[in-house]
Amino acid sequence: MATATLMDREVHVDDEGFLTEYDEWDEELGTYMAERIGIEMTPRHWEAIRFLRSDFTEQGVTPTLRRVSTSAAIPTKELFTLFPKKPAKKMAYIAGLPKPAGCV
Amino acid sequence: MTLTEQREAPLPAFEDDETDRKLMIICSKGSLDMAYPGLVLANAALGEGIETHIFFTFWGFDMINKETMGHLKFTPVGNPATHMPTMLMGLPGMTAFATHMMKKQIEGIDIPDVPEFMEMISDSGGHLWACRMSADMMHIGEDELYDRVEGIISASDFMEISEGAQVIFI
Repeated sequence: MATATLMDREVHVDDEGFLTEYDEWDEELGTYMAERIGIEMTPRHWEAIRFLRSDFTEQGVTPTLRRVSTSAAIPTKELFTLFPKKPAKKMAYIAGLPKPAGCV
Repeated sequence: MTLTEQREAPLPAFEDDETDRKLMIICSKGSLDMAYPGLVLANAALGEGIETHIFFTFWGFDMINKETMGHLKFTPVGNPATHMPTMLMGLPGMTAFATHMMKKQIEGIDIPDVPEFMEMISDSGGHLWACRMSADMMHIGEDELYDRVEGIISASDFMEISEGAQVIFI
């Protein structure tokens, strides 16, 4: 897996730029990654991202949008407002996780 | 530049101009197994930022009829893909049994039932449309339809809405 720099740190990323090492991420880096894609993090954004991080450690996969809306109790509509257009992928990117693989 | 200098991490293509992509899915079937393909694809498209419309016509009306949308059935009759003896599939109770099994499987992989799925699609910005001719034929008015349906539209309206869209018929 290729390494690259993000915020002057050396990190492992895939071809698209998603982090591939869970432990290379922290919230400071997450904030920086969010800025790169035009998102300013708010407490509500963090609720979603922290859910993604903890769910990933339990399930071993990145949660899908529906899982975030049902398990983290953030309505679908709101997720589309917080992370416009491509919420599932944007959340995964900011959380330093792989793209969700599930269909729904 | 030194040899150890790293390239900056690439940025996923989030802001790609996919906004001009548009999808129209025609749902014309009223059985449980044929309801899901359209819903799954619509949901995936919305998650990619694609403008998505679903047009319900003929038997697809069962997917948006308030009375039936939560009770779609799956019948194994005439479906060789169930790999069960054809003679048995028409026995009384078989449709109820097969429907029950399929619903359990769908729930088992954490996929929502039809009404919840429809709500999710609408919340994600998907547009739901009902077919005028089917409504007239079946004497169904807007009151009987799922409240997220935006309107009962004619074939010409469909042509206008689907302009420039990729169309999937199910």
